[in-house]
Amino acid sequence: MLLKGTANTAPTIDQAVLAEHRPVLFRYALLKLRDHELADDAVQETLLAAWQSADMFQGKAGQRTWLIGILKHKIADHWRRTARETAFSEVEFAGNDDGERDENDFFMSDGNWNGGPQSWNDPEAALKQQEFWLIYEMCQNGLPQKMAQVFMLRELVGLEAEEICRETGLSEANYWVTMHRARLRLRECLELRWFNKTTKQEKRHA
Amino acid sequence: MRSCKEITELVSKGLDKKLGLGERLAISMHVMLCSRCRNFQIQVQFIRKAARRYIDQLQNHPGKNS
Repeated sequence: MLLKGTANTAPTIDQAVLAEHRPVLFRYALLKLRDHELADDAVQETLLAAWQSADMFQGKAGQRTWLIGILKHKIADHWRRTARETAFSEVEFAGNDDGERDENDFFMSDGNWNGGPQSWNDPEAALKQQEFWLIYEMCQNGLPQKMAQVFMLRELVGLEAEEICRETGLSEANYWVTMHRARLRLRECLELRWFNKTTKQEKRHA
Repeated sequence: MRSCKEITELVSKGLDKKLGLGERLAISMHVMLCSRCRNFQIQVQFIRKAARRYIDQLQNHPGKNS
């Protein structure tokens, strides 16, 4: 404050620039809060706080990371208020690596498939079926916690790899390994629980 | 020739950053001959599409609270 501008000086980034990040922030908040109104409020509070402290912000590259940092605090505040924080606590990345055995599950020691992907019958049709989405959700949420978080930040929120590394503290090499494993697992889960099933099984009528 | 494990690592990486020409060539040569890696490639692209559809649905149907 003392070094950079006073109360009547315009902040260094304007609202329009901040608002460009709104869709990503909203998706992030929605995944954590599972409620549109709450997510919207959290994003609104984040953008407001960001705008008010815009002179604290350094460098355009990290803008989204910085905003997500603020958003995380807003979300944490929400859980503190509703005393449900344990249910959605942040993943501890220092914890033990539960993906260690994956490579052996999916590949032989020479690097060739152990089993491996079958062809899927009409994936496009699956997207139109409500039951498919239940399976999808179950498979996605069934990933080990760390993997699920990295996968969702990438594919649902839409962050770039390097942003996710900053956000989670993963090294770049670890990021590639984690995403590879997440995709292997999710693919296999969908194959076992949906695509293999529907090709062999007639639809049951009650 | 790279193994299926290495190829799928590259395919996965290619969804998150631009690969070099050599890497992209290695993938296309491999999947021409290997149906399981070809399936993997198609299916992870499908998963990306499904993930986007999933979050769109979540955003467009405010009724779904848990």
